[in-house]
Amino acid sequence: MSRRLLLGALAAALLLVASSGLASGGTSADGGRRVPLLQRGAALYAASCSQCHGVTGAGKRTPGRVSGVGNTAGIGPSLRGVGAQAADFYLSTGYMPLQSPYDQPRRSRVIFSKRDLRALVAYVASLGPGPAIPHPHPAQGSVSAGFSLFAQNCAGCHQIATAGGYLPDSVAPPLSADSPRQIAEAVRIGPNLMPKFSTSLLSDRDLASVIAYVQYARAPYDRGGWSLGHVGPVPEGLVAWFVAGVVLIAVTLTVGRRLT
Amino acid sequence: MRRLWRWLLLLFVWRATRDPAPDDGHETPPRIVPAGPPAPRAELAVVALLALAAASAVAFIVVYAVDRIPDQTQYLGLALGGAFAFLAAALIVAGRHLVVTEELEGEYADPEPEAAASIAQVVAESGSRLRRGRLLAVAAATATAAVGLAALAPAASLGPLYDLGRFTRTPWRRGRRLVDQYGRPIPAAAIRPAELFTAFPEHADPEEIGSPVVLVRLEPDQLHLPKGRAGWAVGGIVAYSKICTHAGCAVALYRTPLFPPVDKPPGLVCPCHYSTFDPETGGTVVFGPAGRPLPQLPLMIDRRGHLRAAGTFSGPVGPSWWGVRNRKASS
Amino acid sequence: MIEGTARTLDERTHTAPFGLKALRYIFPDHWSFLLGEIALYCFIVLVATGTYLALFFDPSTAQAVYHGSYAPLDGAHMTQAYRSTLHLSLDVKAGLLIRQTHHWAADVFVAAIALHLMRIVFTGAFRKPRELTYYVGLTILALALLEGYLGYSLVDDLLSGMGLAIGYGVALSIPVVGASVAALVWGGPFPGVPAFWSRMYIAHVFVLPILIATLIAVHLFLVASLHHTQFRGGRRTEKRLLGVPAFPGQAPRSLGLMFAVFAALFLLGGLVQINPIWLWGPYHVADGTNGAQPDWYLGWLIGALRLMPGFDVTIAGRTVIPNPFWGGILFPSVVFGILYLWPTLERRVTRDRDPHNLVDRPRDAPRRTAFATALLCWVFVIFMAGSADRAYVLVGWSYETQIEVYRVLVFVVPVVAYWLARRVCVELLRNERVAGQRHQAELEAEEARGG
Repeated sequence: MSRRLLLGALAAALLLVASSGLASGGTSADGGRRVPLLQRGAALYAASCSQCHGVTGAGKRTPGRVSGVGNTAGIGPSLRGVGAQAADFYLSTGYMPLQSPYDQPRRSRVIFSKRDLRALVAYVASLGPGPAIPHPHPAQGSVSAGFSLFAQNCAGCHQIATAGGYLPDSVAPPLSADSPRQIAEAVRIGPNLMPKFSTSLLSDRDLASVIAYVQYARAPYDRGGWSLGHVGPVPEGLVAWFVAGVVLIAVTLTVGRRLT
Repeated sequence: MRRLWRWLLLLFVWRATRDPAPDDGHETPPRIVPAGPPAPRAELAVVALLALAAASAVAFIVVYAVDRIPDQTQYLGLALGGAFAFLAAALIVAGRHLVVTEELEGEYADPEPEAAASIAQVVAESGSRLRRGRLLAVAAATATAAVGLAALAPAASLGPLYDLGRFTRTPWRRGRRLVDQYGRPIPAAAIRPAELFTAFPEHADPEEIGSPVVLVRLEPDQLHLPKGRAGWAVGGIVAYSKICTHAGCAVALYRTPLFPPVDKPPGLVCPCHYSTFDPETGGTVVFGPAGRPLPQLPLMIDRRGHLRAAGTFSGPVGPSWWGVRNRKASS
Repeated sequence: MIEGTARTLDERTHTAPFGLKALRYIFPDHWSFLLGEIALYCFIVLVATGTYLALFFDPSTAQAVYHGSYAPLDGAHMTQAYRSTLHLSLDVKAGLLIRQTHHWAADVFVAAIALHLMRIVFTGAFRKPRELTYYVGLTILALALLEGYLGYSLVDDLLSGMGLAIGYGVALSIPVVGASVAALVWGGPFPGVPAFWSRMYIAHVFVLPILIATLIAVHLFLVASLHHTQFRGGRRTEKRLLGVPAFPGQAPRSLGLMFAVFAALFLLGGLVQINPIWLWGPYHVADGTNGAQPDWYLGWLIGALRLMPGFDVTIAGRTVIPNPFWGGILFPSVVFGILYLWPTLERRVTRDRDPHNLVDRPRDAPRRTAFATALLCWVFVIFMAGSADRAYVLVGWSYETQIEVYRVLVFVVPVVAYWLARRVCVELLRNERVAGQRHQAELEAEEARGG
């Protein structure tokens, strides 16, 4: 076992002990709950994140050689300066923790409790100054402005009706499950292979409109009937063949003779 | 009194719709269509289906007239489609149970070579007064061909058949300012790494194929632009035509690696057939069916810090055609 | 009363003998002979609904700003063409029903022609004397593809606008003259002159419908003049035709099928949404959406365009064959070329120059059935390749890997399909022959016993 790993594990263990000791009666000046939160976060970080993001959150560009308990085989980007915004996004969507650094992060079940999430976010935010969690107000945006912005900036990957899409080497996910906060975070961060959109490209007002449109697109105006997923001609062709085609062939079988 | 009239009307309808008794007074010609046994159940079924069809059609008119009914399209479709469906059912039931299905015998007709020979004979004999038949034929063919060509000639006005210079012209020239979709100039500092900007030429039609460009900022030491384009990127910002060189869709996707050791390098991707262009190497094709790199637009920064074009594209924009590689993009 | 009317009409038209012949015209009876009728009835719906749509549609590229009833598009810049279609779909009562029925009818029209074509090819109904009928029918199919493409492109929504750009790219890819062809059609580089919209409109509502209707009339005339083919069996021979007369036998069934087609199309038009253009938004040259696809009958072309590796063929600096040529021009030309040449090729291979009024069951001509199956599977594999990106989004198979696999399948599947289909036909025939021989032997044995 490498020495660094040993030291890391020791630090984690000490932090765990210390945090449980302090939790029973903190007298710290900056709020009795902040220090235990950070320590809880540090412990969770050490257990779930350090093998890829490094013990100090500086990232790892080359994998270590240990797998299993005390895994160091991962690689991952630095978390210094990503701020609470990124931590909240990746953790609340279940993108992180990621089984293998070569997988595409996907929305999955969040394994942390709400308290643990807050602790981890606070810890990652403390690694360096970074953007805070955004608080968008989609009610203040306009769906029509959002539709226009979405068509120009987002539809290329996420599809015009937010049904998700493909770009070489990954999936741009459908947006039906994201909260306004998560959408705002993703837009500002540009997670995984997604480009980012800063305020010079999309002001906060623009972003609120985009979120308003995404919310509208979850249940858009389907005046024509069953929407077939808002994906376009592929399911329409399937219906033409397998609904109309089957029914009409059945009618010809009723009307015409069969060979005996 | 009113009730009496109602019963009389019903009686009249009942009597009137019953078929008259067969008239065996005078001679009837031999039957062409064979007789079949009556099928009262089928008859009633057909009447019921026709009545349902009528009701459905009336429902269509009612739904059409009453604004308050929601989901109009669905109910209108159900009503009209239903009417047709009942009509279809009525006819199919009639076809199976109310009509005698005969199996008749017939003959396939043979071709009549004598008639064809006669046609040939008529044409041949009609030329009895001609002595220079072949010359006449050639003259007639020439006249027909020439008139046909003359009739087709005005089609040349449909478009610039030969002046293909228009295919290389774009609104971009040295000094033209880049603006966003609202017409606002773009400061170079506004373009951050891993962002995708779409820009248009100021005071030009944004719907021209040569107008839209994509702007991305890359690390200057990651740029490996082709020879002669050293000054085309300003501070790592590069601009490319947004129109894919494969078939003309907008290159609307930008793949940006978050973590280069595992993520693919930056790529501008077209959503139609997924042609992928590398902005670091001058828009070269790294995946997909495009056969030509994305044309690059040289950039410069003016005194106010806004981006301007420093010239025109490295090549004609849009899909490939015959002269695309040996003509220059023009303004 | 009927006799009075018939007599009055005959005195003024001299058509009673023809009318009688038409009433008693014989229809050989098989369900698969009705597939062409489905296409015909779809065409009737297309013309009727299309006329209604043309009363509302404005084929103009003049720019407008929308301030109508659909809030998400308020303030959006769009063409009059798109705006008039929005208005028809969202504000005119029954407008959306008619528009959706029209679009469903187009999809089902081409599907019915495809099914009908498969029946013709698999039963050998294209043989002498029906080659002309077959060529006319193939031309109707080709025109129907173009007509549908123009129809949904007229609306100028985001998806169809992208499709028009691809059509432009394919036109440009015609070797040497591509740019001139595109210049003639579009009046210049994409998106073209405003008159391009008038050209599409007139082609779609006037020129092509008249062409298609005329060809349908010629097609029906030829079918009637030569009489429909029939399957073997019973007392049917090459000379003796058995079937149901038009009246009273066939008429209620054909009319019933007609109303069933109307019912299917209008029910779909009201209940299943198709081409919701207000969700796509208007087309702009700088916009693109993921997952844009053409209507199903052009899916084979998008597959072909996506499968090609990326190269333009250049000779001495001239771009002789731009990339879209292979998938957009050569591939459909090869498929239609094979279909047009099929009667000639079959005549050459089988050395059969006789006229045929009896058609084969697919198994009766194993090589024809096998070749047709191989061609169908080849086109189908390329068609499926066009949806590899959605397969990735839905199922997770890597797109790049799928493309590589499809590139191999394109060569392997037709060969395997040919071999398999031929084996199945030969086996079925052999089983029939054996069963027939056994039946014959049993009959003889019984005769020997009884006699």
